[in-house]
Amino acid sequence: MSRQTADFPLIFERSKQGRIAYSLPPLDVPEIDPVALLPAGYVRQTPPALPEVSEVDLIRHYTGLSQRNHGVDSGFYPLGSCTMKYNPKRHEQAARLPGFALIHPYQPEKSVQGALALMHALQQHLAEITGMDAVSLEPAAGAAGEWTGLMMIRAYHEHRGERRTKVLVPDSAHGTNPASAAVAGLTTITVPSDASGSVDLAALRAAVGSDTAALMLTNPSTLGLFEEQIAEIAQIVHDAGGLVYYDGANANAILGYTRPGDMGFDVVHLNLHKTFTTPHGGGGPGAGPVGVKTGLIPFLPVPIVRQDASGDYRLDYDRPQSIGKVKGFYGNFGILVRAYAYIRTMGPDGLKAVAQDAVLGANYLRKRLSGPYAVAYDRLCKHEFVLSGKGLKETGVRTLDVAKRILDFGYHPPTIYFPLNVEEALMIEPTETESLETLDAFADVLLLIAEEARTDPQRVVQAPHTTVVNRLDETLAARSPVLRYQFKK
Amino acid sequence: MLRTLGMTHIDELFADIPDSLQLGRALDLPAGLSEWSLMEHLKQLAGGNRHVEDAISFLGAGAYHHHIPSVVDAIIGRSEFYTAYTPYQPEISQGILQAIFEYQTLVCELMGLDVSNASLYDGPTALGEAAMMACSHTRRNRVLVARTVHPEYRSVLGTYARGQHADVVEVPMRDGLIDMTALASQLSNEVAAVIVSYPNFFGGIEEVARMAAMAHDHGALLIVSTYPIALGILESPGALGADIAVAEGQSLGNTLSFGGPYLGMMAVRTELVRKLPGRIAGQTKDRDGRRGFVLTLQAREQHIRREKASSNICSNQALNALAASVYLADLGPKGLVEVGTHCMAKARYAEARFAAAGYSRVYDGPYFHEFVLDLGSRAKAIYETLSDEGIYLGYPLGGAYPELAGHVLVAVTEVVTKEQIDETARRLEAL
Repeated sequence: MSRQTADFPLIFERSKQGRIAYSLPPLDVPEIDPVALLPAGYVRQTPPALPEVSEVDLIRHYTGLSQRNHGVDSGFYPLGSCTMKYNPKRHEQAARLPGFALIHPYQPEKSVQGALALMHALQQHLAEITGMDAVSLEPAAGAAGEWTGLMMIRAYHEHRGERRTKVLVPDSAHGTNPASAAVAGLTTITVPSDASGSVDLAALRAAVGSDTAALMLTNPSTLGLFEEQIAEIAQIVHDAGGLVYYDGANANAILGYTRPGDMGFDVVHLNLHKTFTTPHGGGGPGAGPVGVKTGLIPFLPVPIVRQDASGDYRLDYDRPQSIGKVKGFYGNFGILVRAYAYIRTMGPDGLKAVAQDAVLGANYLRKRLSGPYAVAYDRLCKHEFVLSGKGLKETGVRTLDVAKRILDFGYHPPTIYFPLNVEEALMIEPTETESLETLDAFADVLLLIAEEARTDPQRVVQAPHTTVVNRLDETLAARSPVLRYQFKK
Repeated sequence: MLRTLGMTHIDELFADIPDSLQLGRALDLPAGLSEWSLMEHLKQLAGGNRHVEDAISFLGAGAYHHHIPSVVDAIIGRSEFYTAYTPYQPEISQGILQAIFEYQTLVCELMGLDVSNASLYDGPTALGEAAMMACSHTRRNRVLVARTVHPEYRSVLGTYARGQHADVVEVPMRDGLIDMTALASQLSNEVAAVIVSYPNFFGGIEEVARMAAMAHDHGALLIVSTYPIALGILESPGALGADIAVAEGQSLGNTLSFGGPYLGMMAVRTELVRKLPGRIAGQTKDRDGRRGFVLTLQAREQHIRREKASSNICSNQALNALAASVYLADLGPKGLVEVGTHCMAKARYAEARFAAAGYSRVYDGPYFHEFVLDLGSRAKAIYETLSDEGIYLGYPLGGAYPELAGHVLVAVTEVVTKEQIDETARRLEAL
């Protein structure tokens, strides 16, 4: 990426009347006049102003845009809690096999046995990996998985004739946890962390009660710390009649070492686009399957893939206590194919090695960076850790500036200002797919920036210096919203 | 690396997991495969599916097989796009941010509305979000949804509504269209929104403009669930009075892929922008005055507002939205009209050929490219025989509509050939 003076044109600014990239074969049936076939008033009067471009101009436009974008393939992407690991190319090829890409969701079951077999196997593999009893592949993303899980928890309590409406979340929780609770019609109570970054047990005991529907927990937490008291936490919630929900955002750290089901969790969602390396797509698509323990199986969304006695696979809709559907059709199948391919490539040993290398890399970086950056909780971490840039504040350099300066070195910055309970937070997740050389080079850059903050703070505060645009005015964007192109009359 | 940490064994990194919680055994999964073996295995699974290009397919009902120009995969296969995350760092994400801004513009143009978000999960969840937005905007709790709306959309809507304690009331249908008399009697000043599908689930064209007027008379919003391919020919939802338009965007350059990933399109009138769920890209300037794009109006979203957010959604379907944009730019306005015209022409040809074979269209009103056939008492046998021969005649309606047992919903797109229609008619006649 290099900086230019002229604005990169919008596709609409490249449009020239009469140009077209597309072509169809000649119509092989009698022509019709749409106007004669539609009711008056329902024929479009003003055509949509779609761009008119040739094929090569179209390709150059989007190729140009891609060159203004940073992906995992462009460089290191240590974005905490997002697990930006390498996305194997074979998965892309697999999802594009015609037998996967060109099947319609309403084909007869007999004609999609391969797809259903894959989904059935994936349900079982994810159940084994998480220690749960059954899995639904339907939710489209992590947030959708949370909502699905909480709807099931609500249905479970209602089925038992109990009215429980409160969801407990730790103060380090991701914003989706309380938002998902609200969408499921539940209200949130925040539980504070103690000095070591763990859930404050006394506060938890005080918060649970006969209105507790569930506790939502990420383990390891968003601080990258394994919650060692998890068994006791689960016990406290269970004793109060509540259920325990596992946010699987950080499952990368524990693969093959421990399982949410064994820790006492009742409901789990996984982010296949994190732990199971399906690409993030610039913001989606992802997939957020949900696993449950036996008592919650009746409430899973429809349909579930089952194998009947004859060995055939079926979509089971006959589930009267189900919470219903949470998405169209059966989930993001194209993403499921990629995750299945990943599990089959890694096997049990490979998945365990994922956790080992992810945790090793994170701890190595934590060790190298403690000093100029305060480590928020300086103890053994899992797949990620949180630094604080508060030590640099006296130089006038804030965490945001550090992040922007990192851009000049070809890296994506860490997650910043999250979790909320760490001042000037920088949350770093290197993932298992990065080499020692990459980790060292990145650590050197962060140390160099800390040095620059003292010797040449303006260099940091004015960063980035090398990107196609420099810092953008977000206040202007929000105050005077321009949310679409305005065509010149 | 372990030495740097003062450790000798990798398991020391997991010493914080209590012994009682350690798995202590290997996961019970098949052993890892090499790339070659993996692809052989996956090809075998894929070979266990008879895909639509290896068959004659009249399947639609919310997912459509259209020609996808080769440029679409060339662009979404660029790894700077597909291996990126949500554009939180705009300086190195101008590519996807500008692509989203362009997508939003395209959606506004198609829908005839003012503001679009960066996309939602799919059509059904977009409808659920739209209904909840309408409840929040009007501070009312009841939505009316036509029985002529896709059954899966209504099912997902029901789940959203149960979550947020909203009341969903079904508007009955008559002759494959909304029963307007029933709608008039169900409307009241307690209704947040009327939800209609355009074209509807059976392909028919509802009286959208009249419903908009009726809804607005009661202070309710009109939510239109539409089919973007039709919008080169059909009047836009906005021009007909819709306040919110949603659509399944799959038909725009996205493969069928057994139901996902797709994208939910959503556009609204300006006054609803602060209630819009999901990501939105906006234009701004950098310090030197260059045009640039950022995610904006984030005060609506979960990472800022937490439990008070307009939705819990964090992601969008950026790559699917990119495919939709490339598809629309490839077609241009003329291409979109041409695809729609071919769909309509082929559907009329199929209608005539199937009628000549003894199976006439059940409803006689205007339609786009989908229609209902009654296969009669032998429906199941006819459907299964054809399926086994590689002819997917359509979506059997009896499951979702018991009153339409033995009926099938037939969709005809531009990729269905005259020859395939003739062959299907011959087989129908012979059975």
